Amino acid sequence: MSMTEALLVVKDLKKYFPVRRGLGFGKPAWVRAVDGVSFTIREGETLGLVGESGCGKTTTGRCLLRLIEPTAGEVWFDGTDLLQLSKRKLRAQRRHMQIIFQDPYASLNPRMTVGEILEEPLRIHRVGTPSERRARVRELLAEVGLPMDALARYPHEFSGGQRQRIGIARALALRPKFIVADEPVSALDVSIQAQIVNLLQDLQQRHGLTYLFISHGLALVRHLATRVGVMYLGRLVEIAPTEMLYRHPLHPYTRALLQAVPEPDPDVRGQRVPLRGELPSPLHPPSGCRFHTRCPFVMTECREAEPELREVAPGHFVACFLV
Amino acid sequence: MITGPLLEVRDLRTYFFTDRGLVRAVDGVSFSIARGRTLGLVGESGCGKSVTALSLLRLVPPPGRLVGGEILFEGRNLCEMAEEEMRRLRGARLAMIFQDPMSALNPVLTVGFQIAEAVLAHERVSRREAFERAIEMMRAVAIPDPERRARSYPHELSGGLRQRALIAMALICRPALLIADEPTTALDVTIQAEILDLLARLREEFHLAMLLITHDLGVVAQTADEVAIMYAGRIVEYAPVREIFHNPQHPYTRGLLRCVPRLVASGEGPRRLEAIEGTVPNLLNLPPGCPFADRCSEVQPTCREGDVEMIEIAPAHLVRCVARGSPIRPAAARVVHSAVP
Repeated sequence: MSMTEALLVVKDLKKYFPVRRGLGFGKPAWVRAVDGVSFTIREGETLGLVGESGCGKTTTGRCLLRLIEPTAGEVWFDGTDLLQLSKRKLRAQRRHMQIIFQDPYASLNPRMTVGEILEEPLRIHRVGTPSERRARVRELLAEVGLPMDALARYPHEFSGGQRQRIGIARALALRPKFIVADEPVSALDVSIQAQIVNLLQDLQQRHGLTYLFISHGLALVRHLATRVGVMYLGRLVEIAPTEMLYRHPLHPYTRALLQAVPEPDPDVRGQRVPLRGELPSPLHPPSGCRFHTRCPFVMTECREAEPELREVAPGHFVACFLV
Repeated sequence: MITGPLLEVRDLRTYFFTDRGLVRAVDGVSFSIARGRTLGLVGESGCGKSVTALSLLRLVPPPGRLVGGEILFEGRNLCEMAEEEMRRLRGARLAMIFQDPMSALNPVLTVGFQIAEAVLAHERVSRREAFERAIEMMRAVAIPDPERRARSYPHELSGGLRQRALIAMALICRPALLIADEPTTALDVTIQAEILDLLARLREEFHLAMLLITHDLGVVAQTADEVAIMYAGRIVEYAPVREIFHNPQHPYTRGLLRCVPRLVASGEGPRRLEAIEGTVPNLLNLPPGCPFADRCSEVQPTCREGDVEMIEIAPAHLVRCVARGSPIRPAAARVVHSAVP
């Protein structure tokens, strides 16, 4: 295999957010949004990160780029620990790592034309002469399938799918190696979703990009990820090569998630094992395994100790005492 | 004794008279729902599915107006009904639940009070009785510890519980028809599964007919008996659920089914999704002819010449497509008037 080299290594990443109650005096409580997450992303692959709202997948993605400052941990990118870099050095490093957001409208400045939006990263990083930059902007439009007359228009003049193309073009401007795609198609209609997903795959092939693809759409992730990690309440509970995860899910939470997806086929109306109870608050995560309050297979030790991620088959890691 | 379907919608037209021109948001929509059955109304954003729902309740906001058609519900035409009578019907015989339960609940009133309010609005009962019925209904929709939850405010409940509270509110007067507009879109997938199971159970228990509006083909496949596929204000295909999924006829339906990512995938490794190229047309001053023509792989020269009519291609399977043999009605100036007194 040619893509075995790790581009990104994340070790024991943590992000705690303080929450103050009442008038804000006294000790804050801490929301453990990400609580000890480790994984690697190899060059050229797509790691899918899935889980339900509040599981910490978005926070993880932002911590990797230090858009949110992590509380603890290490993020090794191309041989340097990003968390040790000064602001200035980090900014230089950010050329190589970009992000695409869920809501393309909220992430594009409504007062800038598409041409200005795409040129901005080039200007900030002082890339090329003005005429070279203009040429690059045109090249970017062509890459994402937007017409040249888009240059002088504003974001509101475009449909959701086209706006996401603008967001993608901006992310590509500095020729990054690594892109965090945070729910890039969740706000789009299904017929448009497929266009954007295919575009992301084409760009990956053409430029050898590496993706962290964050999504709550399990079926979608199956289509484009090389490996998939499943998060629950700030922890990674399972991570495995895509086919292995979808064919042989081992963690009870992964199984419940997969069973819950309604299949677009009336002949396979689901037999589901429903999860019990509500998602616990990340302010007071349950003791032991965080899933034990909803797990259909809970045992005594699950309440007492927290299971570590263990490799149970080549490349297949799971954090569960049952396995 | 009422025979025939519970709800029959014939040639419904709801237009928006905007400053920039005419938007035919719902343009000649017909369907029917029998007691205890679920019709899935499927389409992408802007196709007119939510406006269809609001039209049934006669709650279309201006500049929109019901300009034509009939809505026969329990044998009476809602379009001809006086507003006072319509108000008695809403929430009692036909009820609706929305995508975002938080915006449908009043944040300063307890959940129990809001559910009880629905009873008080339609029946002559004491407040105590209404509150007790609210708690009973909360139990029926599987809200744990309903006595305590009834005294909670909406923000104290999770998204899933809020949607259950909304369902309780909708069903407390035992309506015959529930209109559910994207009832699970805002919810996580495990919570969505619970709500869909709940709706299926309540449907049996209450012998409830349901109009389920969604963009999610998975939800439709798991829930609906019949399916209507909507595009740019028109129903383009209408058939029993198995027909839609196993024998789709309209190029748009086929395209939609192909671009849905599947969990049960065949083969190894990442695969490409098939996309429908192009975008949904702007409904403002839409030209005559099939609105899907610009994106269609089977487009023919006659597709744009006039309104394409619905044909029955197989028993109970209707499709509106020239390539399947639909005739074309030449575009004529249509009279626009208000159907509501």
